Amino acid sequence: MKARLLWPLGIFLVLALFLARGLMLDPREVPSPLIGKPAPAFSAPTLAAPERVLRKEDMLGKVWMLNVFASWCVACREEHPVLMAYARTGGTPVYGLNYKDKREDALQWLKQLGNPYSDIVFDAKGLIGIDFGVYGVPETFIIDRAGIIRYKQIGPITPDVLREKIEPLLKELNA
Amino acid sequence: MLERSLRRALLCVCLALAVGSIQAREAESASANPELEARMMAVAGELRCLVCQNQTIADSHADLAVDLRQQIRELLARGQSERQILDYMTQRYGDFVLYRPPFKATTALLWIGPAALLALALGALVIVLRRRQRLGDDAFEADPDTDTHTDNHENASHVPNR
Repeated sequence: MKARLLWPLGIFLVLALFLARGLMLDPREVPSPLIGKPAPAFSAPTLAAPERVLRKEDMLGKVWMLNVFASWCVACREEHPVLMAYARTGGTPVYGLNYKDKREDALQWLKQLGNPYSDIVFDAKGLIGIDFGVYGVPETFIIDRAGIIRYKQIGPITPDVLREKIEPLLKELNA
Repeated sequence: MLERSLRRALLCVCLALAVGSIQAREAESASANPELEARMMAVAGELRCLVCQNQTIADSHADLAVDLRQQIRELLARGQSERQILDYMTQRYGDFVLYRPPFKATTALLWIGPAALLALALGALVIVLRRRQRLGDDAFEADPDTDTHTDNHENASHVPNR
């Protein structure tokens, strides 16, 4: 008889657990289907020199990060110092994907705040962004030596994310 | 210029992309080829806008939705089928972009879940009712209101505070 009375409590607890878990998930973070798959091919002019073209193949053989940013993006401004500090450590190279921006705006932005990028792909129309499944800025991809996407950060990289998620993964990939 | 774009970006919460100014160009292409436009809107109506998640790409004014509509237009013009375009989108954004996700192992719970829960609840109800039916009268506690009809009738004439 006692066990019977505990049933509603049990059901309530299970339900509460599911709801609590649901509250902790961020619906804006849509898992990327590209993780574990080859990074999409691209071949596009660099931001600084339109005549120079950067390709996905140029990156093969090294671990690298692709950070999607734009001068009009507020959260990128927040993320920027983290990238600057990381670039100074001389770790894994960070490449930029300047997304749906104006060339002069982006260059001005970098001049003002500093340039943490090894090189920057200029994606004026956002087509490379679509291939990478970008739906907000900033986003950051970690790509391994074989050109496989291993991680996607949606939203700005914070010092916590860098320390707890990105650095351990980079260590593993660079090993 | 910078201030305007900053304000634009602030208007949209978090990562949301700002409202586009490409609508004028969109309207032009719509009038140029209404048949293509109708097909494009049919495909776009199947896709979720990842920026404003409760809108379809057909409904949304987010920059990304405008871009994706343009992309659908180009793919259709290149002769791709609707199926191919939906595949193109899922390859990039995952099943989440589809308003009608495919039935597979990871979505089975989503599709079967509600029906299974309903079946479970109905099953439990039937079992409980059957079990109760088989019990004798002595298994139930006497209900003070209904077990003696005479009492009940008397009670009915009682109005509170009289």
